[in-house]
Amino acid sequence: MKPAPVLTASRLLSWGAYLALILVAPLLSRSGYWLSLLSQIAIMTVFALSFNMLLGQTGLLSFGHAVYYGLGAMITMHALIAVNHHVLPIPVTLLPLVGGLGGLFFGVLLGYVTTRRAGTTFAMISLGIGEMVAASSLMFPAFSGGEGGLSSNRVTGKGWLGITYGPQIQVYYLIALWGFACVVAMYALAQTPLGRIANAVRDNPERAEFIGYNPQVVRFLMVVLAGFFAGVAGGLTALNYEIVTSESLHAYTSGLVIMMAFVGGVGYFFGPILGALLITVLQMAVSSLTAAWLFYFGLLFLVVVLYAPGGVASVVVEHRRLWHAGVLGRLAPAYLLAAVPVLLVGAGLVAVVEMVYRLMKEDAASAHLRVFGFTLDASRGLFWIAVAAAIAIGILLLRKVARTVSDERHRAYATLRQERT
Amino acid sequence: MTAPALRLSGVCKSFGRTEIVRDVDLSVPRGERHAIIGPNGAGKSTLFNLISARFPVSSGRIELNGGDITSLRAFEINRRGLSRSFQITNIFHNLTVFDNVRCAVLWSLGYRYSFWQRLSALADASERADEVIQRIGLRRRRDTLASTLTYAEQRALEIGITLAGGAEVVLLDEPTAGMSRSETEEAVALIRRVTEGKTLVMVEHDMGVVFGLADRISVLVYGRIIATGTPDEIRGNPAVQEAYLGTSRAHA
Repeated sequence: MKPAPVLTASRLLSWGAYLALILVAPLLSRSGYWLSLLSQIAIMTVFALSFNMLLGQTGLLSFGHAVYYGLGAMITMHALIAVNHHVLPIPVTLLPLVGGLGGLFFGVLLGYVTTRRAGTTFAMISLGIGEMVAASSLMFPAFSGGEGGLSSNRVTGKGWLGITYGPQIQVYYLIALWGFACVVAMYALAQTPLGRIANAVRDNPERAEFIGYNPQVVRFLMVVLAGFFAGVAGGLTALNYEIVTSESLHAYTSGLVIMMAFVGGVGYFFGPILGALLITVLQMAVSSLTAAWLFYFGLLFLVVVLYAPGGVASVVVEHRRLWHAGVLGRLAPAYLLAAVPVLLVGAGLVAVVEMVYRLMKEDAASAHLRVFGFTLDASRGLFWIAVAAAIAIGILLLRKVARTVSDERHRAYATLRQERT
Repeated sequence: MTAPALRLSGVCKSFGRTEIVRDVDLSVPRGERHAIIGPNGAGKSTLFNLISARFPVSSGRIELNGGDITSLRAFEINRRGLSRSFQITNIFHNLTVFDNVRCAVLWSLGYRYSFWQRLSALADASERADEVIQRIGLRRRRDTLASTLTYAEQRALEIGITLAGGAEVVLLDEPTAGMSRSETEEAVALIRRVTEGKTLVMVEHDMGVVFGLADRISVLVYGRIIATGTPDEIRGNPAVQEAYLGTSRAHA
């Protein structure tokens, strides 16, 4: 039997498309906002995938993954400061590697403690370690920069071929290429003996022992390697923002990466990529539109956990299967029908949330919302009656339509099964 | 004379004050098919769990090919050539049949915790896995998720995982539990085929299976081995008839 080739045509196509997307995306708009959004997405992609090496691949739910990210960022920042002081002769291009090695080092150090147990015990230990590291970061201000954080300048010299990392576009390409390399590396890692045994340990650690593997060692190695990639992500953040505060290793950041992985889908390699994309867009774009963005954040998380527990990725995969079987088209009318009440309920909820937020500001004048040229006034009873009616009608319709959609889906799956046998 | 494949001397196990396994001595020579029978709650599965280090022994000594394995951990014992199956199916549910078996061959082929080699390039691992899958009759289900297999198929996979690493001493814990007559016959044929030349120790309730497969039988009652011998000797042993077959008649 001949070993399978590394690059099949379809794999080459999807990776090529991914690379092309990364390279072309910044050319679509000249705004600085667009570039910083793309940079952030690229960084979070690496961070979320490194988290999923633990949760999705090894079955370890870590509440303290930001530790490796934050420490990686701080170590990179120290390296950058040293470069600026001409103490360290490392080109800025290679600094994310320093962050990665930092993450790796702390993975070895902390992983030894955290990976003795799996399951809930691991989750709790990771939470404890996360809090400890966050607390001690403020106790060692020389390392963490204290309240103000660490900052430095990524432009360290004349540069090479005009690459000084002064302009954001240059930093974007640095981040994007490092990010792409990390994504490829993490994908490849999942296809190695360790990667597959990690899946085995996830499914059944006891049986893994009875085929010769020590589950503790498997978990430890995965934590160390995930620490490396989280550290690279931290290093990229340090170069991107030129400032690192201790918030980067706090529980908030750990929580963020959990949401990215869950919303995207932990069961698929590309799930966390989608999650990083969605959450970052929500975080950056929606937060500039409304003060209630954190509320929508929670709402999205809730909807995904309740209605698509496999994350966005599972929805995508499921519909791609239906598409390939040629039955997706049959679902379209039902979906269009469902879109009406979904939009109605959604718009109603948004109106309520926005108005409540405005009323909370104690400023009656701000209780107006201009939507498509209409002025909505929350101080009027009529507005609330209209919103309540919209939501009620939407929910009633939704319950009716939900049946149709689920019937259609059952029918589509039945055809899918028939065609297979 | 070579050391027996497996030797237990004075093995005891208590949970709290309850003694489950009492002073068990057992010697299984290489190449023998040895069955452990006994009424429910006699401690058969516990004995297996002690040998494979799922539980630590309270006292006593266990040797594998003459080497002491009493205080080793499960994966260390596995690496020394002892493998076991489970009474309750214990497989990797979210992996395909192929990946289940391939995982089980990786250590024995020396790939250990490698994260620098591509699995799909490891032709020997794939070949060995496919060979095992062929032998356990799951070739048509090779790329199916283990969780979606039928019960009998999962039991076959259980045996496949147990044998894939090439262990010389194999412990099977009720391999035909919950199977229909025809499934049992297939399973027995499978076990006979795949344990050729190996040392087999099995716990089994089905007397047809036991007397058909085993070279020697040990009878465990209340944690003690009351008799060891060939199937004929066991059938004719009055103590066994009284203690074991008698109770089973009383149950029926």
